[in-house]
Amino acid sequence: MNKLIFGRYIPGNSLIHQMDPRAKLLASFYFIGIIFLANNWQSYALLAIFTFVAVGLSKINLLFFIRGLRALIGLILFTVFLQVFFTNGGTIYWQWGIFRLTEYGVTNGIFIFCRFVLIIFMSTLLTLTTLPLELSDAIESLLRPLKAFKLPVHEFSLMLSIALRYVPTLMDETEKIMNAQRARGVDFSEGNLIQKMRAIIPLLIPLFVSSFTRAIDLAYAMEARGYQGGNGRTKYRLLEWKLLDTITILTFVLLTALLVLVRN
Amino acid sequence: MAMDIRFEKVDFTYQPNTPFEHRALFDIDLQIQSGSYTAIIGHTGSGKSTLLQHLNALLKPTAGTVTIGERKITPESDNKNLKPVRKKVGIVFQFPESQLFEETVEKDIAFGPQNFGVSQADAYALAKETLQLVGLDESYLQRSPFDLSGGQMRRVAIAGVLAMQPEILVLDEPTAGLDPQGRKEMMDMFWRLHKEQGLTLVLVTHLMDDVADYADYVYALEKGRVVKEGTPELVFQDFQWLQEKQLGLPTATQFALKLQEKGMHFKQLPLTAKALADEIMQQGGLIHE
Repeated sequence: MNKLIFGRYIPGNSLIHQMDPRAKLLASFYFIGIIFLANNWQSYALLAIFTFVAVGLSKINLLFFIRGLRALIGLILFTVFLQVFFTNGGTIYWQWGIFRLTEYGVTNGIFIFCRFVLIIFMSTLLTLTTLPLELSDAIESLLRPLKAFKLPVHEFSLMLSIALRYVPTLMDETEKIMNAQRARGVDFSEGNLIQKMRAIIPLLIPLFVSSFTRAIDLAYAMEARGYQGGNGRTKYRLLEWKLLDTITILTFVLLTALLVLVRN
Repeated sequence: MAMDIRFEKVDFTYQPNTPFEHRALFDIDLQIQSGSYTAIIGHTGSGKSTLLQHLNALLKPTAGTVTIGERKITPESDNKNLKPVRKKVGIVFQFPESQLFEETVEKDIAFGPQNFGVSQADAYALAKETLQLVGLDESYLQRSPFDLSGGQMRRVAIAGVLAMQPEILVLDEPTAGLDPQGRKEMMDMFWRLHKEQGLTLVLVTHLMDDVADYADYVYALEKGRVVKEGTPELVFQDFQWLQEKQLGLPTATQFALKLQEKGMHFKQLPLTAKALADEIMQQGGLIHE
């Protein structure tokens, strides 16, 4: 559990930490959108430089981002493999049965690899520098226009903040129950697949039970404090859009323009 | 065979080499002798729970050696085949009722023994036996653990650990959140097991009265270090130090200190209500003569 880097927050006071979470969220999604504009070496280089500058600005060790890749390395290699061996076109370097190594295949493979790495770096940057609660505030704020379509935005964001709030608690609980069952002789890492799946039962059932108990307790506690739903509620945590955020968005617009110029 | 636990220069760090790195234990030397009743005291966050997880190799030290019986656990040692160690050292974690999961109380108690290779029939027999030990009758065997009250669930969970027939029983605040009656019954039950069956006990607690009543050796932890050790008599004599560290004193000792302020003299501060009463009887008797 300690290995999971993606989704964690590292406290800091860098420029990126200070940004409005809405700006960061928008920028991250926007980045994923414009990465598909890139189609040659120059455009990928441009995006890579941009990403590494952003990572540098966050003052977080690059090692973390590289470790964040680890969880997805299987998916990345699989996709790259498919691209490299099943793309046609250009000079054929090598052929064996249905596998074919071509010029286009190799370049496509490298592009796909870069695309994955850059997207993961950007999203890891978002979660490493933004508190989960800030993220949920940002989502609520960005979804607000959808109220017009009768989407329960308040309930959604409350769900999200409660869920995020309980992730660490549940992780602790999981570890506690795992330890208790290990002390009773359960081996979570040994045995074949079926044995391993069976070993999960003494972990999952107590977790479900405690989650439901927690949910009931929390609901009562919220009602006892006068919660009656979203109508008429005020907001304590206010988001503040600053000059820095506007500059960031403008930078992204500039980046898009540059990309359009560079791509062929 | 004697089952001693020995810590030699044990360090432990959570998540080493990350920004979340956190050192929980520093240079711990301690010894839990077979047949003893050891108490570990200290504030929340002093490293008690971390230390406790070393007692049956749930955690490996980042430096130093933990010797459990004949098994040596070092930072390099392999995690394979720790089951024999875990069978001998039973741990009752804080709020152990959260570990219940089977459909019936019987199955849940039998779960531990069965993991260690006891046959189903024997494990069920053990379940019946230990359930009585913790003060519940046979009628509970076929009930679902989730229908029980909090206190009863606690008993079933403890029975689940006792059914493994450990030689060392580690208790992490076993009476937290119980009513006074339940607390007393539970502590008396552990005391009986200790006296009658020679079970080695390790008690982690905030309650100094329990330490004074039961333990024969005390380790005080602070910020991951052992700052004091000795018999309860020895540790509690240094009451000024304990008050400075806000670790508290047994109720009887606190009262004796008040009496001392009023002019009564104690050769040695009493730790239990009984010792205090004996002392008062003796001294009071002298005055009347």
